[in-house]
Amino acid sequence: MANVKKAIKISQKHLLGIQDLSITDVNIILTEAKQFIDLNKSKNKKLDVLRGKTQINLFFEPSTRTQSSFELAGKRLGADVMSMNLNNSAIKKGETLIDTAMTLNAMHPDIIVVRHQDSGASNLLSQKVNCAVLNAGDGRREHPTQALLDALTIIDRKKKIEGLKIAICGDIVHSRVARSNIYLLNMLGAEVNIIAPSNLMPKDIDKLGVNSFSDMKKGLKDCDIVMMLRLQNERMTSSFLSSNREYYEYYGLTPDKLNYAKDDALIMHPGPMNRGIEIDTNLADDINKSVIKEQVELGVAVRMACLKIFCE
Amino acid sequence: MIKKKYFLNANIIDPQNSIDEVGGLIIDENGLIEAAGKKVNTNNIPSREKYIDLKGKYIIPGIVDMRVFVGEPGFEYKENFRTLSEASLSGGVTSVVTMPNTNPVIDNVSIVDFLKRRGRDKAKINIFPTASLTKNLEGTNMTEFGLLQAKGIVGFTDGYKTIQNTRLMSRIMRSAYDLNCLIMQHVEDKELSKDGMVNDGIISTKLGLQGISDLAEKIIIERDLTLLEDFNCRYHISQISSQKSLEVIKRRKENVEFTCGVSINNLSLNENDIGDFRTFLKLSPPLRTEDDRLALIKGINNDLIDVIVSDHKPEDEEQKRLTFAQAAAGASGIETLLPLALELYHNESIKLNKIIKALTCNPAKILKINKGNLSIGNDADFCILDINKPWVVKKENLISKSKNTSIEGRKLQGKITNTFVKGEELFKI
Repeated sequence: MANVKKAIKISQKHLLGIQDLSITDVNIILTEAKQFIDLNKSKNKKLDVLRGKTQINLFFEPSTRTQSSFELAGKRLGADVMSMNLNNSAIKKGETLIDTAMTLNAMHPDIIVVRHQDSGASNLLSQKVNCAVLNAGDGRREHPTQALLDALTIIDRKKKIEGLKIAICGDIVHSRVARSNIYLLNMLGAEVNIIAPSNLMPKDIDKLGVNSFSDMKKGLKDCDIVMMLRLQNERMTSSFLSSNREYYEYYGLTPDKLNYAKDDALIMHPGPMNRGIEIDTNLADDINKSVIKEQVELGVAVRMACLKIFCE
Repeated sequence: MIKKKYFLNANIIDPQNSIDEVGGLIIDENGLIEAAGKKVNTNNIPSREKYIDLKGKYIIPGIVDMRVFVGEPGFEYKENFRTLSEASLSGGVTSVVTMPNTNPVIDNVSIVDFLKRRGRDKAKINIFPTASLTKNLEGTNMTEFGLLQAKGIVGFTDGYKTIQNTRLMSRIMRSAYDLNCLIMQHVEDKELSKDGMVNDGIISTKLGLQGISDLAEKIIIERDLTLLEDFNCRYHISQISSQKSLEVIKRRKENVEFTCGVSINNLSLNENDIGDFRTFLKLSPPLRTEDDRLALIKGINNDLIDVIVSDHKPEDEEQKRLTFAQAAAGASGIETLLPLALELYHNESIKLNKIIKALTCNPAKILKINKGNLSIGNDADFCILDINKPWVVKKENLISKSKNTSIEGRKLQGKITNTFVKGEELFKI
């Protein structure tokens, strides 16, 4: 495994969004990630490919899984990892994103992983630092490593993506996961159905090459994959929905609604889940249908691949 | 007393006096226009006098820019009267209408005195201040329209804020009717557009930015024009951005009287120009689709839109070097107003005469000020234009104190070479 060399280099300096990647880029990342799946299951998980490299995780927004996943990924590759949670330090003192970036840049990191509540924050950061920037989620715009790990999970289970019918359901308007997945799954040849109440559906989403539905049952029909999204109450500044109870009734994934999808349909969720709001708790834990834990597991592999590729 | 000036062989455009011909211009010793047009030639110039042969360059009345934000008082670091004046002169603008969104707000008689004094002492151009519609721009209590107007306020507006309360708006219109005041409304339903940053559509979806629906504009226009049917005051829509608004305006023109403006930004750019989160293109109203832009051009050609403004809103770099959500809205544009408008002439979207009209006599008529023309006996506020001169907009060359141009790097054609106010040459390339 260690002697597998990449034949082609990635076209981008930074990983800001799936939109910037070519299909070749995606394949480079996924191929690399596959090699780390087994390593992560083995007893000795440590490599030294990033030894001597410095990775800074810059998180302006609270995160548990993405941040720990990136931290673990970096450590397993041998990098020196520093995690900074800025939601309660410099920003409160009035420092701007650019100033923070300049400060960190002066410490000569090799890669910065950034999460920020504003769309486009990673783009702005990438213009001001010398090292590679990996976007770990910017506002509502993109969350590229999540989409890549979702794709890897689907390929792992279904052996392909091309020709699959995939439903993405829930709070689309506030979701960077939805946007990144739409770009990636479209690129890889899937048919994408977007399901959301009209209040949570972004304008002109059809122009991204997807089918949109406000009726969940219609949208789930014959789907191979059902990807549920979290209701992002923290981003809702005014009334979007009447109640969680009503939302669950019409847009929560229940066994009854899942019946509209294919019999062997898989359930995915980027987490964290609101059980009983967007997904039935038993379905979420059903090991025959739910691949939610696998997503987390492959997330580390995908992030290792991204760190390795973009660090070079 | 100044020296008498003679200009010959110019293309003279003065829409108010229906002059659009090759001719000359004579400025008398008091800085007033003595004659303009084809009747001015070597035959009416004494042989001992020297004249300037403009060799086909254009003479147009000094531009009247109806929507300008100046940082004084309160935000002098963004723009003060002196820098505004210098920037304006380089763009051929000789009269500006300043917005009341300052600190303190222009909402009472005593601050108007201060403003007039500063304007007179620091600016070489004509400053026509507006005052706010409501005290401290809070949208609740009316300002003293009558007393403020008597002090020289030309119009009333809350600048980039909109009167949201319908009852208050109807009362404002009634008062304005009684006192013959001009109301200028920024048309935006702030509840509908809340947190919005760009046009609501595919671009907002792709960039993950909260959109501003064109309905937010349409709703306020519909509301105000409905009120106007009953309370017919002088009413001006500061600027529109969408096709939908134009449809309303076209329909309403049949039964109510009002006027309407548009920002040069919305005529020259569309939402795609925002590209990779370019905060300098975060504007209010937002840039909309190409279809909207083309509709606005048509609106000028059909006389549904009367005025083109720069919507000059200087912001220092600190307000723009932020994420798109955090960045301030607005662009500095007074010095590029005319050259950018000329792009529409060069690409044959709008006739030159129409463009000049929307920049000079149309705003002057709405404001009821005797500017924007070359009428005999008036102040000789005019500029000389080299209409084909190519140049590139570079922020380091801008004169305005703030460099937040929306058209950095744009190749333009046409530049002001000389600007005169009251017969005095105050800018020369």
